[in-house]
Amino acid sequence: MFYVSIFFQYMAQYMKTKLQYRTDLVVEFISDLMFQAVNLIFILVVFGHTTLLHGWTRDEMIFIYGFFLVPFALFGAFFNIWDFNERYIVRGEMDRVLTRPVHSLFQIILERMELESLVGGLTGIIIMVYAGVRLQLEFHWYDLFVFILFVLGGMLVYAGVFISLATISFWSDARSSIMPMMYNVSNYGRYPVDIYNRVIRYILTWVLPFAFVGVYPSAYFLGKKEWYGYAFLTPVMGVSFFMIAVFLWNKGVKRYRGAGN
Amino acid sequence: MDKYIEMIRIRFLMMLAYRTNYYTGILIYCINIGAYYFLWSAIYSGKSAIQGMSIEQMTTYVAVSWMARAFYFNNIDREIAMEIKEGKVAVELIRPYSYLGMKTMQGLGEGVFRLFFLSLPGVIITAFLFPLHFSSDMSTWGYFALSIILSFVINSQLNLLAGVVTFFTLNNEGLLRAKRFVIDLFSGLILPISFYPSWAQEVMKYFPFQAISYIPSMIFTESFQGQAIIDGLLFQLVWSVILLIPLQLLWKAAKKRLVVQGG
Repeated sequence: MFYVSIFFQYMAQYMKTKLQYRTDLVVEFISDLMFQAVNLIFILVVFGHTTLLHGWTRDEMIFIYGFFLVPFALFGAFFNIWDFNERYIVRGEMDRVLTRPVHSLFQIILERMELESLVGGLTGIIIMVYAGVRLQLEFHWYDLFVFILFVLGGMLVYAGVFISLATISFWSDARSSIMPMMYNVSNYGRYPVDIYNRVIRYILTWVLPFAFVGVYPSAYFLGKKEWYGYAFLTPVMGVSFFMIAVFLWNKGVKRYRGAGN
Repeated sequence: MDKYIEMIRIRFLMMLAYRTNYYTGILIYCINIGAYYFLWSAIYSGKSAIQGMSIEQMTTYVAVSWMARAFYFNNIDREIAMEIKEGKVAVELIRPYSYLGMKTMQGLGEGVFRLFFLSLPGVIITAFLFPLHFSSDMSTWGYFALSIILSFVINSQLNLLAGVVTFFTLNNEGLLRAKRFVIDLFSGLILPISFYPSWAQEVMKYFPFQAISYIPSMIFTESFQGQAIIDGLLFQLVWSVILLIPLQLLWKAAKKRLVVQGG
């Protein structure tokens, strides 16, 4: 209960600071929208020259992209700790975090939240509705719950991978470029995995399971029965990767020695 | 002139000191090229050519655009914005050189560094991983070299323009981000311009963006032949001259308006 109330207090505080600079906020929204448009335009232009991509139609591809944006937005809003190493380890900020009464990972999530990313999720839902209507997808009442489950699963996959990478800083405080690299790898998850060769497909499923953020869960809503098994693994993968991340984090915090003064 | 060359050298040496960062840079570029390689292979499945480009040309196009990007890309827009924010720009302006010229030279130093430490090893690695086609015609390489130099000029001019706007707005983060996406999309980095619907191609003729990536990559993959190469180079040359005008005007106005915050 304490965690929930502190979460909302931080959230309110965050909104207050953001609303101080309204023009900045609007500009940020617009540039986020443009970022999402780039990939959409890519899909649209490419399907001007082909009708099927490995058996996936244009609207299915758009749907996958729309779905991908939702867990990605949630991840961006709450788990975006790509600068963890610089901010908390190199500058010794972690010392302060450890003195706080909540779990250290939770404290960092509170401090690093970027609620404006959530707009991307809204864009994603609009894109999905557009594609869904064109595909005449059937939508049952329980699909809403499945959707929420899959979105949370996808978000936890992302969170798990990036938090695990952040924990590397506890063992080695050298600056590394693994984080930006992983952002680029995660782009692979936006497209159907069957276009990649077997090694990459295996990696995207079991090692860096970014396929569970986009194509696998979307396959359920698109009625692709052959992928249902993978689709329902989404929450399982999410929870397991997140648990691994928290485990690594707790191990890492024990090793933390502090830097600076 | 000497001081500008010295600036290129210093920036080059500065980058050299942090070269380990670039090993992962090569990997990032390979990951990106790989993603587009698989996408394009799926798009091409069953087709021998789209818009006059074969899959082999397309793969080469993707690889070369990314490798050329390492050369022309720089962050001088962000650097200018930072220097204005921190008030450092006041000191820069009393120094005996042209501020914008110096920024361009720093960008060039970075570009030359990345050309040797990112693009060259990157090309060798990608050539092993993906089926690339290199022209055996020396004149293609010559035209390509000329073309990426002009790419650098135009991209830097756009960066300087975006940077100088900070003099008026003070906080410019949004515009800089927006500019980056416009350039990714309309420069031809992720999609050749010839793939866009014809109305869009028509509109893009009136903007300088395709001069940054599309033209050099088309020359390298030999998708441009004969007159098309000359037209492409002329397009780049004309834009690199035209862009000087708004840059000069804006810079004159900016110096008058300069507000130094702290520093």
